[in-house]
Amino acid sequence: MNPLEIVVPVEATGLFQYAWLMIAIPLGVAAILLLGGKATNAWGHWLGVLGVIGSFAVATALFVQMLGAEVADRAVQVSMFDWIDVGNLNLSAALLVDQLSILFALLVTGVGSLIFIYSVGYMAEDPHRRRFFAFMNIFIAAMLTLVLADSYAVLFIGWEGVGLASYLLIGFWQQRRSAALAAKKAFVVNRIGDLGLLVAMFIMMALFGSLNFAEVNQAADTASASWITAIGFLLLLAACGKSAQVPLQSWLLDAMEGPTPVSALIHAATMVTAGVYLVVRSHILFELTPAASLAVCVVGVVTLLAGAWVGSTKDDIKKVLAGSTMSQIGYMMLAAGIGPAGGAFAIFHLFTHGFFKANMFLGAGSVMHAMDDDTDMRHFGALRKVMPWTFVTFGIGYLAIIGIPPLAGFYSKDHIVVAAWERGMAFGALAMLGAAITAFYMTRLMMMTFFGERRWAKGVHPHESPGIMVVPLVVLAIGSAALGMLLNSAIQTWLAPPTGHHPHATALWEIPWQGWATLALVLIGVGVGYLMYRGEISFEQPRTKNPIVYIGRNDLLADQFNDAVFVRGGGKLVDGFQAVDDLLIDGGVRSTTALATGIGDAFSRLQNGYERRYGLWMVVGAVLVSVVLILGRLA
Amino acid sequence: MNPAAYLVLSAVLFSTGLLGFLIRRNALIAFMSVELMLNSANLALVSFSYANGNLLGQVGAFFVMVVAAGEVVIGLAIIMIIFRTRRSASVDDQNQLKY
Repeated sequence: MNPLEIVVPVEATGLFQYAWLMIAIPLGVAAILLLGGKATNAWGHWLGVLGVIGSFAVATALFVQMLGAEVADRAVQVSMFDWIDVGNLNLSAALLVDQLSILFALLVTGVGSLIFIYSVGYMAEDPHRRRFFAFMNIFIAAMLTLVLADSYAVLFIGWEGVGLASYLLIGFWQQRRSAALAAKKAFVVNRIGDLGLLVAMFIMMALFGSLNFAEVNQAADTASASWITAIGFLLLLAACGKSAQVPLQSWLLDAMEGPTPVSALIHAATMVTAGVYLVVRSHILFELTPAASLAVCVVGVVTLLAGAWVGSTKDDIKKVLAGSTMSQIGYMMLAAGIGPAGGAFAIFHLFTHGFFKANMFLGAGSVMHAMDDDTDMRHFGALRKVMPWTFVTFGIGYLAIIGIPPLAGFYSKDHIVVAAWERGMAFGALAMLGAAITAFYMTRLMMMTFFGERRWAKGVHPHESPGIMVVPLVVLAIGSAALGMLLNSAIQTWLAPPTGHHPHATALWEIPWQGWATLALVLIGVGVGYLMYRGEISFEQPRTKNPIVYIGRNDLLADQFNDAVFVRGGGKLVDGFQAVDDLLIDGGVRSTTALATGIGDAFSRLQNGYERRYGLWMVVGAVLVSVVLILGRLA
Repeated sequence: MNPAAYLVLSAVLFSTGLLGFLIRRNALIAFMSVELMLNSANLALVSFSYANGNLLGQVGAFFVMVVAAGEVVIGLAIIMIIFRTRRSASVDDQNQLKY
């Protein structure tokens, strides 16, 4: 099959016609919870859980129907309504259910359901639990709009919707100043990415007259290469904003101010992968522009190392996981930039990562729950005996993320490393290095949290979390363990129509040499992590002079950089513009008015109240007029 | 009869009125000077009418008389009021209307 074949979706039949229910159910639930007020306090959280489970049921039904359909009929277009129909501009709102979007829908609603159930327990003490569930349902609806859209325009609605939900949920504890600031920061940084998507849409509209995926893809090779490259870079900018890729990564670490289930669902498993989705969905455009594809790969590699760097230096358990999320999304970006050879594996890693990262975030939430909301790993230690369920499930997530066979992360990451190696030696080598660092910081996290001596703060009595929180952990841990083996052989063929096909061996037990090399590096990373953190760990964070540690602890100095370059530099630029505006433009206007006023002032002095003077001026005037008339007559 | 003589007389009267208006401070005198200038203009109009043999100039003179009559009525009334309130008929004392 041609890797660049463009799939034209067929009209929806049967169950597919009800695909819009997936979005409508959570949206309706959110409306009930927000409009119902305190009357829904008692049962609102259960309704919220039902909303996402209902959505999951619809997604599962569609998935089953898709499994039964012919490959050619698997991409389905579900028309909803004419959205904008003015002159030449004709946008219709329609959903596209295909192999890619249904996988996403299953991930969002499936992992979402587990996180919702967990949240019932985690947020039990919070007085605003109902609002929390309403916002989470808004997020689910927006995310599903994003992935089920059949055009960039509808995708953009979801794109902005998840941005809004993310803003609301990061700032959920709005009484905390840091949370409010983090929410604002996430929103502002995301706007930069949104700008890229908007301008890319404008260019597509101008070039192709349509924003529909299939139509854009069909028309893509008629456009000039430079325009396509511009679109590619703008889409990459959008992806960087949403997926926290360098250089727009600074918001993700602060986003950990939100409640932990939010971090698990939005800032680890789903929303932050929207950028990867965008790149994979637009892969036909990226095929036509080697420059933009290369840029995607470079951004991916840089981010996977940057995220690992941050993860290795932080003491805050959630921030280590956030750095790790950046890093793993970097892997997906790298794979997405490789093209058809990597696109399916980007989604594969995204899917498995969704499971093990949600698992670990929820595990971290469980630990925080036990430690009175302390997030500093220096205050943990020896929790494996107190919290056996959390320890075991977290441990499975740990083995999955560092890529120990046969857990999920091994397969998905291994394919990316191999594909990267084929793309270029540097990419492959750096991806392997990233795997080693991943193993190091995750081992560090495990050692500091679950092993070693007790370093608990006074008055903290850790305990295992309630069953409603443990059950989702167990389910996610099973997913983290088994999904790799389950999907390994199927994923490439399944995703071939939407992501392009490039034959690549994915045998379950045959590990290529890159796989062995990665595994060796991972074991070295684990060993280094074990040796460094098996001894004493001080309760307070020691001051450091090591620049690598210092930079990592300060989020790669991203805030300082942004402050110096964009905030202050931007301020200077604005000052400059203001000076020019004052001097030239306002100056011109002001001197014109000053001239008119001055002349008026001078003449107004003539009106001094002495009427004999007026008379004199009249005589002078009359004489002047007479002289002119007489001279005119004489000439 | 030579119209030039009338025109010379008219010019002399006009200049007298003009000088009176510019030099004298008493409002009544200034007023009379204005009347003098108007009437000198009337004289010139009538002279031209005679010289040209049509009535256009005389019609103009009548208009000037009518307007002058109206002006006298209003002007004298204003001068009376100002004199009553400010106890002065000097035009230089009435300089409050200015920029």
